[in-house]
Amino acid sequence: MNTAQIELTGIEKLFRLGDSTVLALRDIDLCVAAGEYIAVMGPSGSGKSTLLHILGLLDRPDSGSYHLEGRDVTTLSAVEQARVRSERIGFVFQSFHLVPRLTAAENIALPMILAGIAPAQRAQRVARALRDYGLDNRADHRPDQLSGGQRQRVAIARATIMEPAVILADEPTGNLDRATGEEVMRLLESLNERGVTLIVVTHDGVLGSRARRQLLIEDGMLRADRRRPAEPCAGPT
Amino acid sequence: MRRPDLIRFARDAAAGNPLRTFLLVLAMAIGVGAVVVLTALGDGARRYVLDEFSSIGSNLVIVLPGRSQTGGFNPANAITSTPRDLTIDDAQALLRASAVHRAAPLAVGTSEISHAGRLREVTVAGTTAEFIEVRRLSLAQGRFLSPGDWRRAAPEAVIGAKIRDEMFGQQPALGQLVRVGDRRVRIVGVLAASGQGLGMNTDELVLVPVALAQTMFNSNTLFRILVEATSREAIEPASAQVGEIIRLRHEGEQDVTIITQDAVLATFDRVLGTLTLAVAGIAAISLAVAGILVMNVMLVSVTQRTSEVGLLKALGASDATIRNAFLCEAAILSVAGALLGFLVGHAGAALIRLFYPAFPAYPPDWAVLAALATALATGTLFGVLPARRAARLDAVLALSRR
Ligand SMILES: Nc1ncnc2c1ncn2[C@@H]1O[C@H](COP(=O)(O)OP(=O)(O)OP(=O)(O)O)[C@@H](O)[C@H]1O
Ligand SMILES: [Mg+2]
Repeated sequence: MNTAQIELTGIEKLFRLGDSTVLALRDIDLCVAAGEYIAVMGPSGSGKSTLLHILGLLDRPDSGSYHLEGRDVTTLSAVEQARVRSERIGFVFQSFHLVPRLTAAENIALPMILAGIAPAQRAQRVARALRDYGLDNRADHRPDQLSGGQRQRVAIARATIMEPAVILADEPTGNLDRATGEEVMRLLESLNERGVTLIVVTHDGVLGSRARRQLLIEDGMLRADRRRPAEPCAGPT
Repeated sequence: MRRPDLIRFARDAAAGNPLRTFLLVLAMAIGVGAVVVLTALGDGARRYVLDEFSSIGSNLVIVLPGRSQTGGFNPANAITSTPRDLTIDDAQALLRASAVHRAAPLAVGTSEISHAGRLREVTVAGTTAEFIEVRRLSLAQGRFLSPGDWRRAAPEAVIGAKIRDEMFGQQPALGQLVRVGDRRVRIVGVLAASGQGLGMNTDELVLVPVALAQTMFNSNTLFRILVEATSREAIEPASAQVGEIIRLRHEGEQDVTIITQDAVLATFDRVLGTLTLAVAGIAAISLAVAGILVMNVMLVSVTQRTSEVGLLKALGASDATIRNAFLCEAAILSVAGALLGFLVGHAGAALIRLFYPAFPAYPPDWAVLAALATALATGTLFGVLPARRAARLDAVLALSRR
């Protein structure tokens, strides 16, 4: 089972600001197998977040192709892309992005509500997630009643509730202290151990070195692609 | 997204910003409430007038001297009394018509009534025994004018309830001799109090035989002839026969105006119905204003919740889902406002009825339905633009907004 789960070829992304254009990503080729654990690193403004957005189908590249699980997803319609985001991809953000008026349980249930899953099944899955992430007695708390670590746990629970194949985390520990960040990273890594592909953007070299594979992006280009144990990747299909 | 979830989500979003929700609901409520109260007033006025006119009597055909230009009902004719030769004989002749059940002549003038040192100006109506039947009046005491020869000026009078109170107080009025103008007449009856009525208020009336009134005012003409048709269906034939009889008696000249109660009612109904409609239209403008407010407030809401929209997109919401969520929110706010306005409007109408019990201030069903439908339609319509704006937000940019 060595077929690539994610396969980027010649991805380019440019932003126009007035007359000037910023080439945020240039000619990115990337191949990711299912279950990999990747840290994306690089200086500020190098294009890490942009890459993550393209991987998560939140943004379209200006050129190049993106195959997800063998399917060319750049050409999908907006509705189909939303469906892929719903079913295959989970996002974790630096600033948590919880809906302030909803409780922890409701925030976790949000992707299932959007996907139209029946309430009974939702309740069951939310209950399990709350238990798994140690949020049992926080179910009815709103985000402003939770600590940063708890908020990010809720966000991770929400990202995983649809059982996605890929989790994309953009500096998930950026707003947390060291100990809490450590805890959150362990949570994400445990998901990876269960087979979910994990791609984490981080500034922190120590955290980045925990990943089995590190990508270094500079000025929109993929400068380095290091792996600890060599992991083979199938060529373009 | 399932429908109940969509509604719940929109409801929670609305509840999440109480001030915004309150303002919108208030605006809608004012709009709908205004329609309900104003149409209640308009339709109440219509009903009030119709009721009052119906209470004059039924199957009524009224003959008045002077010819109206249009031939239809002209309010001026009902008020002005051009003295033309409408006589007691004319009135009596009308009884020959097959469709006429009863007729009562009416001569009106002002005079003074005095008794035991008390003096009061009164309207004196000269008529006959038939009047009480035609006008559907009832007596509190005694009897009405004696039937028989219309030309006999019997010195008797029937007085309204208010005259009785003012002239006699606690003393018995029946059988008393009073002076009306230069005549001495005996009180034979007292009319039952009728309360406020349109046109002639019978509470302040002194009724005497028509022949007596005519000598009192030194005139042969009548103010009106009230004719009661044999049935509702006979109103039209009666009015035609009456016209023909008068024409023959007046050397072939149609010099009277004949109005039927139906025609009067229809005219009032039309005029006041139009008024209600106009008032409803004016009130509906406030609904349009509320709609525009919905749009603005929803646009602000979209701006405030930009990052939430970005998140929803990241979590797999399609543009349509986001659009529906915002539309649903606008609709919920509109419905809530409309319902509140409905209640407030009905409460307002009830309050009017409480303070003016005679005034039937009930909003017509059509106005209430139209107000609710307009509220929902404008609210949703004006919610479309903000909802589309939310759906079109760029996910990445939206997420980066804090
Ligand atoms: N919407 C946008 N419009 C214009 N330029 C943009 C936009 N988004 C990103 N850029 C530019 O693209 C480049 C890459 O941005 P990106 O956010 O991917 O960097 P990053 O590596 O995530 O940086 P950081 O570590 O600070 O988060 C930057 O130069 C940035 O200014
Ligand atoms: Mg970034």
